[in-house]
Amino acid sequence: MAAVTSAVRDPLITGGKTVKDVSHDISRHVENKPTKLWYIAMAISLAMLAYGFYCVCMLLWHGIGMWGLNKTVGWAWDITNFVWWVGIGHAGTLISAILLLFRQRWRMSINRAAEAMTIFAVICAASFPALHMGRLWLGFYWALPLPNALGSLWVNFNSPLLWDVFAISTYFTVSLVFWYIGLIPDFATIRDRAIVQGNKIRASVYNALSFGWEGGAKTWMRYESVALILAGLSTPLVLSVHTIVSMDFATSVIPGWHTTIFPPYFVAGAIFSGFAMVLTLLIVTRAVFKLEDYITIYHIELMNIIIIVTGSIVGIAYITELFISWYSGVEYEGYAFYNRVSGPYAWSYWSMMTCNVISPQLFWIKKIRTSIVATFVLSIIVNIGMWFERFVIIVTSLHRDYVPSSWTYFHPTMYDIGEYIFTFGLFFTAFFLFAKFFPVINMAEVKSIVKATSERSPGTPTEVEKTSVTTH
Amino acid sequence: MDVNKNFIVGVFEDEDVLLDAVQAVRSKGVKIHEVYSPFPVHGLDEALGYKRSRLPIAAFMFGMTGTGLALLMQIWMLGYDWPMIIGGKNFASLPPFIPVTFEMTVLLAALGMVATFMIVSNMKPYGWPVQFDVRSTDDKHVMAIDLGINNRHSSENISQILKQAGASEVNLKTF
Repeated sequence: MAAVTSAVRDPLITGGKTVKDVSHDISRHVENKPTKLWYIAMAISLAMLAYGFYCVCMLLWHGIGMWGLNKTVGWAWDITNFVWWVGIGHAGTLISAILLLFRQRWRMSINRAAEAMTIFAVICAASFPALHMGRLWLGFYWALPLPNALGSLWVNFNSPLLWDVFAISTYFTVSLVFWYIGLIPDFATIRDRAIVQGNKIRASVYNALSFGWEGGAKTWMRYESVALILAGLSTPLVLSVHTIVSMDFATSVIPGWHTTIFPPYFVAGAIFSGFAMVLTLLIVTRAVFKLEDYITIYHIELMNIIIIVTGSIVGIAYITELFISWYSGVEYEGYAFYNRVSGPYAWSYWSMMTCNVISPQLFWIKKIRTSIVATFVLSIIVNIGMWFERFVIIVTSLHRDYVPSSWTYFHPTMYDIGEYIFTFGLFFTAFFLFAKFFPVINMAEVKSIVKATSERSPGTPTEVEKTSVTTH
Repeated sequence: MDVNKNFIVGVFEDEDVLLDAVQAVRSKGVKIHEVYSPFPVHGLDEALGYKRSRLPIAAFMFGMTGTGLALLMQIWMLGYDWPMIIGGKNFASLPPFIPVTFEMTVLLAALGMVATFMIVSNMKPYGWPVQFDVRSTDDKHVMAIDLGINNRHSSENISQILKQAGASEVNLKTF
């Protein structure tokens, strides 16, 4: 099949792939038996999950006192981890929804893995507000506006903590639906390959999963309409969800929290850390699954450029906060930042600044942003930095606020750390299961751009592309 | 599917050849049953004469329902059923009610539209779909023509038209 090369853009699919190659390269990982590497990866994830689960059970049995929280520092690792995981989830929706609306075709080979990451990250995030309530078996339904026997005591709709309940559950549901709708045509591909291969069990399982998809033009037309509308809905959704999460802090009176910069600052930070996690996952996935022709260096470079942009916004937000804390003349705000820079938690503040402000700026250098090793290392550094950002915001502002006699230090216990490990175990177990049983790249979308944007295979002549250009 | 329905199935390798073929086939007065592709082909639904989907309208209506329900719920619960003075503010004021209202709008719009899509497209997790060629989800574009409703043309005539339009294979399929 003849392909077209662009004078200004790198090809999105290298290696002279045909449409049939796309089906084969991606479906074979679902069809083949699990490799030894997969079993090792699952074993490590399940071990983390098991240890973490033990810590969670101890917490549910003995109560929140198992954590290192005290009256001054009422939120620490629990809410830091919650915001960290939710932030990571946002990159998946950005890639799926916002880049779709911007007609960026390079999103096509990365959006499914990124959306899967979002869904698993949101599940991990949701475990923290659930567990930090203490009596989870009561709390999970007390947070909902259900009629009850207490005179029908209703929830407080004025509180951001409740807005979070609606925001996170909506975000999870809509992301799940968007991801699943995208999977349907690919499940049909695997089903039909299974029919051809004579594997009846796989054919019926994937037939059920694909909801009987046959790929008619009318159904595709409706499908594209649904995808576009879901993208249009998800875009304000993702912006609103992290804004609402930031309101958990911004609507309080605590110095260092009560600032209007939080909503855009948190959203930019979420995209920043989310893309770093997408890079970490995809660099490993593309190497293990030999998908370098679909997730090319060009894709990685583009994601690094987004990291520069959002990292710079976060850096500017840090400097703005510092400046305003002095310029406002509010002595409490001024002290809050003086304490961050030079107080007992200065070690965490400077870790945050190094990881978040300096490391993304390295991507201005072309050699670094096109290097797999450098990208992998820096993506992990960015994620560590973003964890410290949430830790700094939450713990340093709480541990020294208005009344000096309440000032104290916070130490995590093994159960704080254990619950974090639980979420890592949950996330990686889910991700490795996804990588084994689901096609990690959206085959149908990638096939639609093979003709227009793939590298010419040696020996085929180019031909002028017809005037109709695919929209996405 | 009815008993003993006969279809001529044309298999195409390339989506641009397919688009031209759809135009060629329709210009000869042959009615196409459906075209099956492994990926959405831009311009195919216009070439086949399909009207735009009304799913966005459905999404909008579900969304408006969500907005209404959310506002009704909050205003009734905090403004009428058990009003409380919280932070010295009004019982039921619009600004703090916006986040929940927005989320419920998006939730109902998304879920309602997707459910509608699956129902009108007859997608269910049981039973097998009607398939004219299993390679239509792999790399081939498959055009199915119902012989029963194309009485003016014989099956050889239609096969000839398809071959001239660029089909790599023409098969007969009976259900």
